[in-house]
Amino acid sequence: MTEAEIRLSRASASFPQDRTCPYQPPRAYAQWRGESPLTKVTLFDGRPAWLVTGHAEGRALLVDPRLSSDWGHPVFPVVVQRTEGRGGLAFPLIGVDDPLHARQRRMLIPSFGVKRMNAIRPRLQSLVDKLLDDMLAKGPVADLVSAFALPVPSMAICELLGVPYGDHDFFEECSRNFVGAATSAEADAAFAELCTYLHGLVVKKRAEPADGLLDELIARQLAEGHLDHDEVVMIALVLLVAGHETTVNAIALGALTLVQHPEQIEVLLRDPAAVSGVVEELLRFTSVSDYIVRMAKEDIEVGGETIKAGDAVLVSISLMNRDARAYENPDVFDARRNARHHVGFGHGIHQCLGQNLARAELEIALGTLFARIPGLRLAVPLEEVPIKAGHDAQGPIELPVTW
Amino acid sequence: MRITIDRDRCIGSGQCVMTAPGVFTQDDDAVVALVPGHEDGAADPRVHDVPLVCPVQAVAIFED
Ligand code: SF4
Repeated sequence: MTEAEIRLSRASASFPQDRTCPYQPPRAYAQWRGESPLTKVTLFDGRPAWLVTGHAEGRALLVDPRLSSDWGHPVFPVVVQRTEGRGGLAFPLIGVDDPLHARQRRMLIPSFGVKRMNAIRPRLQSLVDKLLDDMLAKGPVADLVSAFALPVPSMAICELLGVPYGDHDFFEECSRNFVGAATSAEADAAFAELCTYLHGLVVKKRAEPADGLLDELIARQLAEGHLDHDEVVMIALVLLVAGHETTVNAIALGALTLVQHPEQIEVLLRDPAAVSGVVEELLRFTSVSDYIVRMAKEDIEVGGETIKAGDAVLVSISLMNRDARAYENPDVFDARRNARHHVGFGHGIHQCLGQNLARAELEIALGTLFARIPGLRLAVPLEEVPIKAGHDAQGPIELPVTW
Repeated sequence: MRITIDRDRCIGSGQCVMTAPGVFTQDDDAVVALVPGHEDGAADPRVHDVPLVCPVQAVAIFED
């Protein structure tokens, strides 16, 4: 191919694509690696977009205020067809820019601070112990997603928010349909159901306060007029969905990566203090949230190209985390590596609010899982593990394991 | 070594505290603060990694 043809074929590559191996970037993405830190792709609706693949360039862009997260903007890019009709709905925290974003985040960070997260570790530990007791009592084979990876974050986020876990079947399904439905009608229906549920919950909490982040928001921010009722409902929705659609995948993909690299489980078992480093490497290697969506507000020069105002910008988390300029042998899973500067939780002002909760959950869940079942292994060949589509949070739908 | 923190910029991610807990802490609002008596950074060798892990460049280190 001539250089022009190569450029053209690159420009027409569609994004995102599905993974074939659950913990590797989609195969087609290999063409963009190791060359320019920036390339052009096409979204499902035919819109061209920039894809940022370089670690340093991606980090610089994610702190650049010239990139916007404002989902309410009329030309903010749509990556997944099912969200097409949701234009104009600027979700708190994730779909807004500063200064509104900063105001919302400031209200919430005390509930996710390092001290708070350390304080809930004993509670997480007993939850994990109980789930493993139940799974072991039933005996192999088990589905590690439904028996373990899902209930850990689901119970944790419910407790933190003050949402009754007794309703978990209902909102787990809504959450799944909201982010993973096939059609926008289904996604919108799930969204409406969740809103109705959380609206009722906030009404109830206003009448009968209890313990939890939502109760605190109501007592402080709502009562003092910094937030209104609907904002509390939307914040609850964003946190509940985020709590359900991310860590479950990280636990499941983390366990899967480890059972596929059994020699490295040793690192985890030999030294309990090593678990936090192993978790960072898993977050780098698996990149559960494969990409971040932004829109340029002004022209930005990157790597010899000009991103124009109004352009769609997709920041590839999985390729940044596999950039050979940032990590030696990036495609090797090395539990001893120092991977701390990975971008598995994003970077910049929108970096994941729940990241330290996720770390606590992952460290306790994976550390305990392999301490108790060191011989854990897949019950089916890797190719038969059903995985989510490329535009979802990446992870297995089911993970049959045995021991 | 001199460390500066920009508390207005901080988004409370806690990466500084996780990386160098001898030097960085969070106040009750989960905003970054320096551990009293350790403002010079000498209490934790990993302090040099903090500007790299802070997601918003709220921490700067100046070597004398
Ligand atoms: S790492 Fe940066 S943003 Fe996070 S708490 Fe520390 S100073 Fe604040």
